[in-house]
Amino acid sequence: MRHAAPRAAVLIVLSAAAGLAQAQDAHLARNLAATCANCHGTNGQARGDMKPLAGLAADKILAMLNDYKSGNQPATIMHQIAKGYTEEQLRLVAGFFAAQPAKK
Amino acid sequence: MSTSNTSPSSFQRRRFLGAGAALAATTLAGCAGMASGPSTGRVVIVGGGYGGATAARYLKLWGNVDVTLVERNADFVSCPISNLVLGGYKQMSDITRSYAGLKAVGVKVVQGEVTAIDAAARKVRLAGGGELAYDRLVLSPGIDFMAEQVGGLQPALDSGRVSHAWKAGPQTVALRRQIESMPDGGVFAMFIPKAPYRCPPGPYERACVVASYLKTAKPKSKVLVLDGNPEIQSKKALFEKAFKDRYAGMLEYRPNAELKELSGNLAKLEFEDVRADVVNVIPPQRAGDLARSAGLLNINNRWVGVNWLTMESTVAPGVHVIGDATFPAPLMPKSGHMANQHAKVAAAAIIQLLKGEAVNATPVVMNTCYSFVTGREAMHVASVHQYDDKDKTFKTVPGSGGVSTAANQIEARYALGWAENIWADSLAL
Repeated sequence: MRHAAPRAAVLIVLSAAAGLAQAQDAHLARNLAATCANCHGTNGQARGDMKPLAGLAADKILAMLNDYKSGNQPATIMHQIAKGYTEEQLRLVAGFFAAQPAKK
Repeated sequence: MSTSNTSPSSFQRRRFLGAGAALAATTLAGCAGMASGPSTGRVVIVGGGYGGATAARYLKLWGNVDVTLVERNADFVSCPISNLVLGGYKQMSDITRSYAGLKAVGVKVVQGEVTAIDAAARKVRLAGGGELAYDRLVLSPGIDFMAEQVGGLQPALDSGRVSHAWKAGPQTVALRRQIESMPDGGVFAMFIPKAPYRCPPGPYERACVVASYLKTAKPKSKVLVLDGNPEIQSKKALFEKAFKDRYAGMLEYRPNAELKELSGNLAKLEFEDVRADVVNVIPPQRAGDLARSAGLLNINNRWVGVNWLTMESTVAPGVHVIGDATFPAPLMPKSGHMANQHAKVAAAAIIQLLKGEAVNATPVVMNTCYSFVTGREAMHVASVHQYDDKDKTFKTVPGSGGVSTAANQIEARYALGWAENIWADSLAL
């Protein structure tokens, strides 16, 4: 219970930020995620050797992206790409892909 | 010209559905990309390459828009990966895809040629004499050549003696044939125009892949890379390393070697003449002919200036121009990947504009270009471009982007994976 209050505060801050982004453009997450589709498939439903993102848990996607961005996770290319997006943008992208159905 | 402008055919279709075809209605509603409700407008797209195809696909995916795509070729043929066809590592069928996917998501695909645009009346004229009316027009005309800048080039291209292979298709096949029939010990000379041109790393990839083929098939041959630029234009250190480590003795690179004139198999530069068995000229380029005849080349009489929030031409409101034809934002390459990204910015903006809503004020585009240095090893360059409201342009994010540490087989797998995914994304495959 000791952690409940800070967690709730974080959640409120996060949803406030999300609310702001929503107010700016309801399609921001969709538009940002579409920049990934060239490699990761339309709506994250990738083909072949590329990593599918559709349907993965949002916190998992966000953790991966942040690890690429910080350099904690070595990569051929994603460390360079992740650094081009703000934390808020990465959060929106992760949320969008999490809400997409995985490719059948 | 928007919501009240539902075309008769789509109106009738919806009436038909409403009259009791419940099963059909359910099927349609369940089909991704087919939004319900009245169409918000008519969009005509000219050019079915990476840019135009993606615009068509995403207008259908995200909006409820009547989309007509006019493309002169029967099939989509990819420039990316086409250098592997020149090396014999891929076939034309590997880089050719149909427009069936776009048709299946409701895009009306017209094989034909647009000859004129009437921006005031909002319609385009087709070569056959027909007209297409639009609420918004998307032009993805790619590039055309300024062959007149090199003496003798146009007749050489017309006769088939010289190939450019800078638009994938019959030119790719022709150049592959020339390379295959070159004698062992022959010279393959390629000429690179001054930047900007389509696909900055493409010429250097081509040099590597052709050399890779010749190294095995005709090891006494030579590859001469004559660059009109003072240095390699993309992935410089990586290409220099590939030239040196893999093709030393076979491949020779010369900077500041601008082609002035062609005469038979003799290429004349400023200070020397070069004789070669196969002459591959990548001609100087500008935005496609249609953009020029429509009076849209407002930058250096060569490229189309656009509003980066909507991709609309800065001289013709309602006409969105995407891909290689645009005058690029700083460090933005002319690539198929970037054309796909332009198309998504345009599609999102058009859907909003047709509904009278504000467009996305913070668009982002990114680029990835893979280059092969042999038949099975590749490397990349990547960049991310965020819209800068102050300067009204896209800017790369400091600290982001970059190139491979080295070419390798893993990146070759990713390069082919990229192709498979971008083709599916652009063409609704």
